[in-house]
Amino acid sequence: MKRVQFSHSPIPYLFIAPQIIIICIFFLWPAAQAIYQSFLLEDAFGLSSQFVWFKNYKDTILTDAWLQSAGFTLVFSFLVTFLSLALAMLLAVKANEVIQGARTYKTLLMWAYAIAPPVAGLMGNLMFNPLIGDLYYFLNAMGWDFNHKLDSFDAGFVVILIAVWKQVSVNFIFFLSGLQSIPKSVLEAATIDCKSNLRRFWTMTFPLLAPTTFFLVVINITYAFFETFGIIDTTTGGAPGGSTSTLVYKVFTDGFRGNDLGGSSAQSVVLMLMVLALTVIQFRFIERKVHY
Amino acid sequence: MLKLSWHAISGHLILILGAIFMTAPVWVAFMSSTHSAETLFREGLQAWPGGHFFENYNEVLFVEGGVMKRVTASMMLWNSLLLGIGFAIGKVVISTLAAYAIVYFRFRLATPLFWIIFMTLLLPLEVRIIPSYEVVAGMGLLDTHTGLILPLIASATGTFYFRQFYKSVPEELLEAARLDGANAWQFFIDILIPISKTMIAAILIIMFVVGWNQYLWPLIMTTNEDNYTLVIGIKQIYQVLSEGGELPQFQKAYALTILATLPPVIVVLVFQSWFVKGLVESEK
Amino acid sequence: MAEVKLTNVNKVYSNGAHAVRGVNMEIADGEFIVFVGPSGCGKSTLLRMVAGLETVTEGDLFIDENRINDVSPAERNVAMVFQNYALYPHMTVRGNMSYGLKNRGDSKEEIEQKVIAAAKTLHIEDFLDRQPNQLSGGQRQRVAMGRAIVRNPKVFLFDEPLSNLDAKLRVQMRIEIKKLQRKMGVTSIYVTHDQTEAMTLADRLAVINNGQIEQMGKPIELYKDPKTLFVASFIGSPQVNLLLVQYDGKFLKSGSLEIGGFEGLPIAEELVLGLRPEHLRIDDQGKLTMKIDLVEQHGADNLIYGSLEGAKNEDGDDLELCLRLNQDQEPSIGDTIKLSYDHSNALVFNKETGNRLI
Ligand SMILES: Nc1ncnc2c1ncn2[C@@H]1O[C@H](COP(=O)(O)OP(=O)(O)OP(=O)(O)O)[C@@H](O)[C@H]1O
Ligand SMILES: [Mg+2]
Repeated sequence: MKRVQFSHSPIPYLFIAPQIIIICIFFLWPAAQAIYQSFLLEDAFGLSSQFVWFKNYKDTILTDAWLQSAGFTLVFSFLVTFLSLALAMLLAVKANEVIQGARTYKTLLMWAYAIAPPVAGLMGNLMFNPLIGDLYYFLNAMGWDFNHKLDSFDAGFVVILIAVWKQVSVNFIFFLSGLQSIPKSVLEAATIDCKSNLRRFWTMTFPLLAPTTFFLVVINITYAFFETFGIIDTTTGGAPGGSTSTLVYKVFTDGFRGNDLGGSSAQSVVLMLMVLALTVIQFRFIERKVHY
Repeated sequence: MLKLSWHAISGHLILILGAIFMTAPVWVAFMSSTHSAETLFREGLQAWPGGHFFENYNEVLFVEGGVMKRVTASMMLWNSLLLGIGFAIGKVVISTLAAYAIVYFRFRLATPLFWIIFMTLLLPLEVRIIPSYEVVAGMGLLDTHTGLILPLIASATGTFYFRQFYKSVPEELLEAARLDGANAWQFFIDILIPISKTMIAAILIIMFVVGWNQYLWPLIMTTNEDNYTLVIGIKQIYQVLSEGGELPQFQKAYALTILATLPPVIVVLVFQSWFVKGLVESEK
Repeated sequence: MAEVKLTNVNKVYSNGAHAVRGVNMEIADGEFIVFVGPSGCGKSTLLRMVAGLETVTEGDLFIDENRINDVSPAERNVAMVFQNYALYPHMTVRGNMSYGLKNRGDSKEEIEQKVIAAAKTLHIEDFLDRQPNQLSGGQRQRVAMGRAIVRNPKVFLFDEPLSNLDAKLRVQMRIEIKKLQRKMGVTSIYVTHDQTEAMTLADRLAVINNGQIEQMGKPIELYKDPKTLFVASFIGSPQVNLLLVQYDGKFLKSGSLEIGGFEGLPIAEELVLGLRPEHLRIDDQGKLTMKIDLVEQHGADNLIYGSLEGAKNEDGDDLELCLRLNQDQEPSIGDTIKLSYDHSNALVFNKETGNRLI
């Protein structure tokens, strides 16, 4: 809000109209539809439908398949978030310390941001391909009876590895800029006060990075929930037996492949609620955005 | 002294390993795309250049039936560019305008409209994907660029970014402009847009990458091969590969992967500093 | 050339802050008016209302008999110089100066001619093609002035235009502003809280306190004949010495100190005696005794700080007193000296109301 503003007139409405119209048509309306459809039961041909209250919720959420998917999503999100943050933080701290080649390291570590998740998924997939994938041979040669087509643990391993790989660069960029915004004098003072590098990291750098980390945790969970769709779709496709299907992937498979519109919508609504819950947590960290 | 240099060496070691981890998959993909199908099939992935670079890329890019039935990679490249550029420009135009209204005007519906825009940040397209599909289908926009781009623009990340920036513009600038007789539109075009130039550039870069990399939405939106983007295309060729048949054409899959990766990577590398600044600032 | 008139002007912000309360003022054509007052007193608000950047809650504004309350800023034909200059960062100096003219629809040749003329006046013709970030603070200040004068406005408005400059440049620009205003004869309103600036620039000075005009007049009038305690303590540097006293019919008493020579004051009320540092002098016959704590040498004169014997301040400590002496008079720290003062220059106020009694 500016101290001086242009006064009442239709002009602001003209400026804001394109955004609002697009939101209404392509956001509000579909979101409302999703909620509405989650209470409907359609017959097999989509010809008639019937209002069934929470039946869809009961029939889809309380199934083993959904609970399994929810379980996998939780484990998956936790591991992806934790591993990619830890790796990115390590790399960012080191990249911030070195003097020679700092620029090259930075470039090499952040450029993967530009790669689409499904592309990353496909590259990974080929690496684990039984026909030509070196990693597939390598793991089997190491004595691990590796087969991500059949074994759900191996499949989870592949998906998580690729999801972490794809996310490291974003986290790295944020951590590095977080580190660079710590005043040099503070770190110099710390060098005088504390000799051990490791201790200095845990007592100074890590706490000072906490705001960035909190923020990134939310970003990473959102990523693990939604953006990994492309990775899963190009690697395991949820196989074997839905064991690597995240909730979002399941919404998609049930809705498009399974044609269960009501059930898929009910899942969407549950997902929306989960995201809202996440946002409530996030609210504390992006409060500035909300101050109007 | 010795201890200190050990610390430095271990730092370099970690960074080198990290850099290898981040680049090796793409390197291998690139190298493998320059070999023949037989080499790949016999010897597996390749770490060094082969002699089939022009052959492979030529076939993928220009020969009909080379990768799919009809569409060539050059057409998919074009579709991806349209999506990336259309998405980026659409987003910037719409969000600079909306942010301008929010920051610089007092109007009755300001608060409810602000909250509507804010809400879009909460719910990604993925959770409302099926009804979105139906809305777009109902409007007859399936397999069109409009139908592809508009729903993606509906989220208001850009608006919040510009709102943040406009709020940091000194108030006196508007006051001076008003004394200089500028009206609302003139202030926007003559002053606000020019001083946001670097911000706009940063957002354009980020949004181009985001748009180029879209997957789920184009996947369900496009049924006609002619409208495939590269990202969608590689998924299709992979499916063809895994269906088996003759000798799997892995080199083509890799060539396509590299083509899908190259443009956004180049944009990010060339405009690295703008891109990083934009990315970090936009999340503040 | 214009007269400006404010009648019963009030400003209440949307958050309820009553920033300006019932201001009446008539400014003659070509006059240089300065608003001074403490931070938050409403100076800027008043100025910005004249500019049209704030709406007037109540009351009327006139320029040359035309009521301008509802006229847009651009059509009031006023120009403003901001504290942070508010130059358009992406335009050259020329662009900055010509933007307003362009919007007004002046022809290209006309604009060029006016810009060159204004640039000559301000000695910035060499910088016309530079952008603001390639200029020094002083040069930017000149450009801001230039942007104001090219439009040949009826009224100049300045909101602390010099406070971002270093001390030396500030004095230099102050003199230039005054000269320029004299030459152009444009009615001007200038906001500052630097009292040297206020005293030196103003034809008339308005001391504002809490949204109201405490007193308005020639600078020297305000110095010599302040109507209230607030004006007396605001004008003059160093500040006037204030003694909390009571009148017993004969003496003004403060602690054990008794000061005679006053008549006709209300008895047994809280009063404040004001003695300016420059009106005190060393006098062996003097009735005031001061123990010196600190001597400041300012070159032309010396400022002597110390405690006044007998008198107490509100906290019960010895009252701090300041005295201005010629450079040749230089008592040393720890000395005790006797002081006397001019009766004719002494100021007495009612403590409660702040009104001047003598
Ligand atoms: N936009 C606003 N909304 C609400 N209150 C305001 C606004 N602008 C100023 N005020 C209030 O009005 C009063 C006068 O403010 P003003 O800016 O006129 O003070 P000032 O005399 O210029 O002070 P300074 O010397 O610090 O610039 C202050 O109490 C201030 O808090
Ligand atoms: Mg002010």
